[in-house]
Amino acid sequence: MDTTDATGIAAAQVVRVSVPERSMRHDLRAVKIVLHRELIRFWRDRMRMVANLVQPVLWLLVMGTGLSNLMAAGQGPAGDVDLRTFIFPGVCAMSVMFTALFSAGSIVWDREFGFLREMLVAPVGRAAIVVGKCLGGAAVATGQGVVILALAGLAGVPYDPVLLVELLALMFLTAFTLTAFGVVLAARITNMQSFFGIMQLGIMPMMFLSGALYPLNGLPAWLSVLTRFNPVTYVVDPLRQAVFSHLDVSPELQRAFNPGVTWNGWQVPVWLEVVLVAVIGVVMLAGAIVQFRRSD
Amino acid sequence: MPSGEPAVEVDGLVKRFGDVEAVRGIEFTVRPGEIFGFLGPNGAGKSTTINMLCTLLRPSGGIARVAGHDVVTERDKVRRNIGLVFQDPTLDGYLTGEQNLRFHAELYGVPRTAARERMRQVLEMVGLWDRRGDLARTFSGGMKRRLEIARGLLHSPRVLFLDEPTVGLDPQTRASIWDYIRRLRDTEQITIFLTTHYMEEAEYCDRIAIMDAGRIVALDTPARLKAGVGKDRVRISTDDDAAAIAALRERFGVEATTSEGAVTFAVAAGEAFVPKLFEDLGVPIRSVSVSRPSLDDVFMSFTGKTIRDAEASGNGFMRMVARGRL
Repeated sequence: MDTTDATGIAAAQVVRVSVPERSMRHDLRAVKIVLHRELIRFWRDRMRMVANLVQPVLWLLVMGTGLSNLMAAGQGPAGDVDLRTFIFPGVCAMSVMFTALFSAGSIVWDREFGFLREMLVAPVGRAAIVVGKCLGGAAVATGQGVVILALAGLAGVPYDPVLLVELLALMFLTAFTLTAFGVVLAARITNMQSFFGIMQLGIMPMMFLSGALYPLNGLPAWLSVLTRFNPVTYVVDPLRQAVFSHLDVSPELQRAFNPGVTWNGWQVPVWLEVVLVAVIGVVMLAGAIVQFRRSD
Repeated sequence: MPSGEPAVEVDGLVKRFGDVEAVRGIEFTVRPGEIFGFLGPNGAGKSTTINMLCTLLRPSGGIARVAGHDVVTERDKVRRNIGLVFQDPTLDGYLTGEQNLRFHAELYGVPRTAARERMRQVLEMVGLWDRRGDLARTFSGGMKRRLEIARGLLHSPRVLFLDEPTVGLDPQTRASIWDYIRRLRDTEQITIFLTTHYMEEAEYCDRIAIMDAGRIVALDTPARLKAGVGKDRVRISTDDDAAAIAALRERFGVEATTSEGAVTFAVAAGEAFVPKLFEDLGVPIRSVSVSRPSLDDVFMSFTGKTIRDAEASGNGFMRMVARGRL
């Protein structure tokens, strides 16, 4: 103990730690910490939370209100369904989508600022890092969803606990799938500008072709086909079905505002839509893992 | 680490990026407990080599073993045994210093109770314990580098890789980083492998490998490398440099060049040469300086150019290629 140096640490007292062999438990810890980091960063960046809220609020309050007037003035079957209620599920999907894709974009940020290397040189499976990222993105986007749900009252959507839980669960699934999709994209992109450029390019068509803003029945064939191939369609519909199942509206209005999704005349059940989104999510996740393994 | 086993063992290592051969078949061995330096201009292939040793780049050919494990077939074993401080910062500025370290500990699966104690120790060592709760983005360049060093040590690696650990830092901070590095070897019994393009820093290494254009051109202790040059460096300023150079060639058989406004040449026993110079040069001399061979001279004698020239001639492309890959 006589070798105390300037820092006051004796050489003999150095705490030696050991890094264990790779194991399931170790990989789970890695998933958890990658996820935890996303949450810390999201919480630190509260400006982002607020900024992400602006767009849905604009859609809901400004567009929704403005178009409601138009519908009330015309002969549409507006009846007692508020247009804001109709687009609320669409706005939920939109906001989750934005947040999830931006979270995925943090991989590009990590690469640009070098942090990705810190993760890639660690003795953990690439899968653990990707799964952690996707769960983190999903958690953050769901957190954002909670804030949107708080606005439900403004859109005439009841604060029914069952409904809220349903919506949150659907949002989590949506967010997970979209984050995984974003990670697949981000794996190949090396700067933030290109990532956001591509996001912008993708988000708008995906939004407009999803039924978030209009019902998907009675569309011209070309548009109808495009919407059926858009995964976001199967994200928006279950959300809307959930909302409308908690509303007291006439079957007529249900048909007009909540027609569901049909494949060649066949009504696609909600469970199948949910399974579809989950399957896409798993495929995207696998794709992301493969990409990160390949660059290893 | 068993004292006999080399910390790093490299044989015939090659890395190609398309048609560009960034590392052209190098071999060397680093002994346990050594501070081993890679010296060379930017673009010489130092970072590419370090990236291969750290499992971040797959070699195009040859074998490399770190802490006894193959960098291609036993990546996880290599990763568990190395610590890494990159040339560019790899901290998350939105996390605190402590959170950056905790992230690392969790990612490496360091047992929690040991991690807490160890975290305190490494933070104290680099003098950042008091700042542990501050966001890393608020740290100065030197503090960030110190935090990265602390993080690289957190899991008690057997080999610590430092890629240009002092680049972009002011001289005072550089000196303090070197303080930590040298102290480390004593407290941690660790092997340190670093790259640098600062000659004066290479002096601190036990042994250095001089790298140029993808090859190792010399490898030895700094003292022996300098002794190998055998000549002193003489700088004179004259009224007519061109005439002086011509006279040096004719009368003394010495090849001289002008660099930084003075005529420069190398001769054995420089001090004894000065009186002869005044007698026979025939060109008025205004000032003379004689210096012992430096690593600059070593570099020059092996590559035919100074390290600054080598950088100016711009292997920037290779550097970009090498870095763009990650």
